[in-house]
Amino acid sequence: MPIQTMKGALRALILLVIFFIGVWSHSSGLLDDFLFYLPDIQFLMGEHLWLTAVSGGLAILVAIPLGVVLSRPSMARWAESLMQVLNVGTTIPTLAVLALSMSFLGIGTTTAVFGLFVATLLPITRNTYAGLKGVNPALMEAAAGIGMSPTQRLFKVELPNALYVIFAGMRTALAINVGTVPLAFLIGAGGLGELIFTGIDLYDPVMMLAGAIPTALLAIAVDALIAFIAFVVVPRGVNPARA
Amino acid sequence: MIRLESLTKVFDTKQGAVVAADHINMEVPSGEICILLGPSGCGKTTTLKMINRIVKPTSGKVFINGDDTTGMDTQTLRRNIGYVIQQIGLFPNMTIEENITIVPKLLGWDRAKYRERARELMAMIALEPDAFLKRYPNELSGGQQQRIGVARALAADPPVMLMDEPFGAIDPINRAVIQDEFLKMQQALKKTIMFVSHDIDEAIKMGDRIAVFREGKLVQYASPDDLLADPKDSFVESFLGSDRALKRLNLVKAREIATRDIGTVSPGDSLDKALAMSDEFGYETAILMVNDQQQPAGIVMRSVAQTTKGYCRDHFQNVPAMVGLDDDLRTVVSLMLAHDITWLPCIDDQGRVCGQVTQRALTHHLGSRFRAQQGSPVSTAPISEE
Repeated sequence: MPIQTMKGALRALILLVIFFIGVWSHSSGLLDDFLFYLPDIQFLMGEHLWLTAVSGGLAILVAIPLGVVLSRPSMARWAESLMQVLNVGTTIPTLAVLALSMSFLGIGTTTAVFGLFVATLLPITRNTYAGLKGVNPALMEAAAGIGMSPTQRLFKVELPNALYVIFAGMRTALAINVGTVPLAFLIGAGGLGELIFTGIDLYDPVMMLAGAIPTALLAIAVDALIAFIAFVVVPRGVNPARA
Repeated sequence: MIRLESLTKVFDTKQGAVVAADHINMEVPSGEICILLGPSGCGKTTTLKMINRIVKPTSGKVFINGDDTTGMDTQTLRRNIGYVIQQIGLFPNMTIEENITIVPKLLGWDRAKYRERARELMAMIALEPDAFLKRYPNELSGGQQQRIGVARALAADPPVMLMDEPFGAIDPINRAVIQDEFLKMQQALKKTIMFVSHDIDEAIKMGDRIAVFREGKLVQYASPDDLLADPKDSFVESFLGSDRALKRLNLVKAREIATRDIGTVSPGDSLDKALAMSDEFGYETAILMVNDQQQPAGIVMRSVAQTTKGYCRDHFQNVPAMVGLDDDLRTVVSLMLAHDITWLPCIDDQGRVCGQVTQRALTHHLGSRFRAQQGSPVSTAPISEE
């Protein structure tokens, strides 16, 4: 009971703080300044989301099949070394990836999409591979012994049981993706980075925040959306969130 | 029927070729349970898994119901063989119903038929269909999960089942219950079963036949009783344990060693007659008294008969113990030890006295290596099975 009461008190406190932030931002004129950028935010957010959707969508479409292929027994000889290459790839900063891709694709949206695609691809592939490799060998033996074909085993046993891990990969990857899109502005692809970097250059904190706050909110929203999809899609028996 | 013909598996390892199964020849008759028994690494699991090609045989053939399986499509072959593994291997992403109906679905049964089958199977393994079919494996206990594992293997009613230490991961109390349930099911289903175990007691309990493996070779293949009575070599003997004679007690029914030559008196007989009968039949402490329906009514002590005059009906005591014809010898021995007696009256289904079991007959039965050939030394013929 005391814990319940404390939780209630904390919730009230947080609401109060938010309320006073609202009051302060209104009275100090910050809110009005901020709202000045609303049309920009709307437009740039659209661009931002488009970049995420295209690069993230492509990454998912490529990464999952890639992870599946790498996890097949016939690929066992190559898979580990390829995964090492991907692991090294993940350590390269996204900014460097963008810079590298700019050097042969030039500036513009294509380059940005490609760079984001590469950055997003790696965590999803890695998790797909790890998730499939992590399926209990006893399940695989049972599935084989029962007379399932390799394809049936993949779709009815392996993928459903690896799905939670795969979704975890997508969550991480897309949160990174949304957070990285502002860098795309640097190679001329638009997005909320336009407000952030221009704000920094002009030493205009409000303009910078008008880019940064929506970016942060978008990242949280995308993360929550994928968590929700995982909650619905991953079968109940293998879904820790629904256990 | 399962027949293995010179089935061999050679694994290539860094240390060189390892022969996991060396020209295994054996046949399991239809409707019987054959236990593959041996220490770990003896080749029993490899042999089992070559039957459904989880392990690919190096050479040799597997026949199921007379058909050579060599040319058969692997998937088709496996769908017609029930497979139960120690780790159970239920698919956690599927409900119990989806798990059970997976093979019927693969075989293309229609929906109504496989759903009906799922309910039938649940009834067979004594789990309430409505309570369990929609649940997930992780919501069930280990014992319940393995019951489902068995049901899944039985779903498409395959003639042959392979079981790889199916009850090995279940706690001893539940294991005994599941073994009993399984044996009861098997009496009705009459599947041909190959069953891997490393537990000699399980083998004796479950097996119609036991195949003992050692280092990839089939050392001995015999019925549990013959195996315990006549181990082929010192390896089998040591594997069976020094108390193997005691283990046989479970396998033999009182009926097999009971003889009809029981001496009884009736309540109207005199104590003199009781004494004379005791001498005639060699009862050192007491003789059984039966009523008109041949049911045991009491015992008359020899000491009483020697010192007293009168009729049996006035000088009897309660019968300390009796056995049914279908009780096993473990029960017989236990009663003899508990009551310090050397013979027990046997009663039939109607509760009538139909013979006796003596310590002599018991030790002789267990001591004789080939009782069938040598015949019984007990003067009268045993009460045979009908």
